[in-house]
Amino acid sequence: MLRILALLCLLNFPSAYAAAQIRPAAMFDLNEYRGEVVYLDFWASWCVPCHVSFPWMNDVQQAHASDGLRVVTISVDAQRSDAEDFLARQGSALAVFHDPEGTLASQFDLAGMPSSYVIGRDGRIVYSHSGFRSADIPELENAIEKALTR
Amino acid sequence: MKKLFLSALAVAMLGSLSGCASLGVEPWQRDVLARDEMSLGHDPVTAGLDDHIYFSKEASSGGRGFGGGGCGCN
Repeated sequence: MLRILALLCLLNFPSAYAAAQIRPAAMFDLNEYRGEVVYLDFWASWCVPCHVSFPWMNDVQQAHASDGLRVVTISVDAQRSDAEDFLARQGSALAVFHDPEGTLASQFDLAGMPSSYVIGRDGRIVYSHSGFRSADIPELENAIEKALTR
Repeated sequence: MKKLFLSALAVAMLGSLSGCASLGVEPWQRDVLARDEMSLGHDPVTAGLDDHIYFSKEASSGGRGFGGGGCGCN
């Protein structure tokens, strides 16, 4: 009964659900995903194309979860609450790290927002992309599928 | 003495170059700058009307503030 109540609470308060998914950037470790193909995406609530990329990332994660794809996202929002509100609106359950200082963003030396990387099972970056438009989707999916078959 | 002065001047000039080391804002740092209230302009109503004219006459938009997209696509 308690479990059902807790579940109902989570469903009624999407921001609480989203907040539970956000981990600090210091906890990000690519080795955790070794053996899986990682689609790493840097996003922010103020980044307009990110509003388009999130539904697609949700779909891709669902479509290729059994093939060993893990979509990991990193928010560079200065305020955690902005990221939480964005996730609540998107209704996303993807793994999210919060990088307000831009530590990880500096390491990856982003060219723009959003920036995404396809990382192979061996932990190497096999594809990188900056920006997001609907026309980019076939190229991104191709890169992911290629990495999954390796 | 002149040599010392010239070396000091050279060091000072070279030191001032470091002031140009971090020009611009990185794509992930645009958060606050991308907000509407950060755009320069004393009269938002007039700016809005101007934007409407530019959009309807020239099919152009933006360029007034700091784009939030970072990739230049909005």
